[in-house]
Amino acid sequence: MSGPAIQVERLVFAYPDGRQALFGVDFTVERGERVALLGPNGAGKTTLVLHLNGILGSVAGGTGSGRIQIGGTGLHREHLGEIRRKVGLVFQDPDDQLFMPTVRDDVAFGPANLGLRGAELDDRVHEALVQVGMQDHADLAPHHLSFGQRRRVAVATVLAMRPEVLVLDEPSSNLDPAARRELADILAGLDVTLLMITHDLPYALQLCERSLLMDDGRIVADGKTRDLLGDAELMRAHRLELPYGFNPHSVPGPER
Amino acid sequence: MTGDGLLVAVDSPVHRIPAQVKLVALFVFVLAVVSTPAAVFWAFGVYAGMLVAAVAVAKVPAPVVSRRLAVETPFIVFALLLPFVATGPQVSVLGLELSQSGVLGAWNVLAKGTLGVIAAILLSATTAPRELLAGLERLRLPATLVAILSFMVRYLSVVSDDLHRMRVARESRGYMGGRVGHLKAVAGGVGALFVRSFERGERVHLAMRSRGYTGRMPLLSVQGASRGQWMHGVAISVVAVVVAVAARMVSS
Repeated sequence: MSGPAIQVERLVFAYPDGRQALFGVDFTVERGERVALLGPNGAGKTTLVLHLNGILGSVAGGTGSGRIQIGGTGLHREHLGEIRRKVGLVFQDPDDQLFMPTVRDDVAFGPANLGLRGAELDDRVHEALVQVGMQDHADLAPHHLSFGQRRRVAVATVLAMRPEVLVLDEPSSNLDPAARRELADILAGLDVTLLMITHDLPYALQLCERSLLMDDGRIVADGKTRDLLGDAELMRAHRLELPYGFNPHSVPGPER
Repeated sequence: MTGDGLLVAVDSPVHRIPAQVKLVALFVFVLAVVSTPAAVFWAFGVYAGMLVAAVAVAKVPAPVVSRRLAVETPFIVFALLLPFVATGPQVSVLGLELSQSGVLGAWNVLAKGTLGVIAAILLSATTAPRELLAGLERLRLPATLVAILSFMVRYLSVVSDDLHRMRVARESRGYMGGRVGHLKAVAGGVGALFVRSFERGERVHLAMRSRGYTGRMPLLSVQGASRGQWMHGVAISVVAVVVAVAARMVSS
């Protein structure tokens, strides 16, 4: 139980078809930090986060090298179960994440795999649903929920495993402004280390003090979100654009 | 209660019977009906009476049942053809020469089919899909099959939404083909839909593994049915079996 929340060193990876996606990625995320992972499409952001819990990479039998440590535990085959509990991955499409007949079953899936049963399992499910404000919808089928509700349940399915690191793949995509804000409120209130892939730059600024900028399978910038977004030349070089009229220096951020 | 699938969301004694009991009851009832000789007409009257009573107790509206009977249509068409194509001694009905064994065969298909379909409608109208899965699991259906069924329940609406979106996209770009044309287009689109669904399957599998899936689905059900619930639920099937045995003895 020591060491940084996420430590990635010299991570290299190529897909089975030979396309190389990661060309030596290095970064460290300290406990309790909130970090946005920015970058254009095809930069390797999703590939990178799929490494963090051993879905891709040499530990899953793929071609690649490098070292990943989560909360001081090295990512090895024998620790895979523990790593997958520590790293909670929320996928982009909630229809991919919610596959059980009801919300309750789905949130219970992760903790049940951890070996929880009976009242303990029910408590865990309830706790996670309360965290995202969906406790009144536990018996509904996922396809009866709105998109924003499904996204929140997807977050709950991961929170139910009490992860140390929450990793989200484009959490604000396809949400209407109110649902987007509600999700931000929920995420801001969680006491976990957060790594968030996003194209929604104001969202990154609102929630994450620090950002990593990724392009062509490398981390090309690492710094305060406000500084990164304010660097017009850097932004242009990596196909990132701020929304019309948005000035990163004139809005409040998460800095305290 | 969720308004889900074919479920008619009301509370009734039939709704409260555990799904595994209802599944067994349905299975035994259908077996009894099928093994009854077609010529013993009173037996089918008794079966029909029992089903009508069960539908009434379950508070399932009659129009719902009759609408859902539409799935039986192909069998009805087949049954109505039988008297005209079967051979053997002929009888004259309303000036038509019909095969005697054909008439009996048609009655056989119609009566047994309709009774079976109504019983199945009753099950689906009183049991949520999730309960049905839990019931199958309690009945020791292999976990893999339960998982496949559960994914089907979950993703049927997602896939049909995909299909609907593809249709809207076609029509928005001026596609006019009527019913037949649409069938043709759907046939072409099925390939695309399969690839989409396959890719979704891979992503779902990733999501499952991320949450610690190692090849065993967690159990859906927690409690079994009590002896009283079994007696209660299977009563109708026991009566049906008695009727079937009696009918066999009468006809032999």
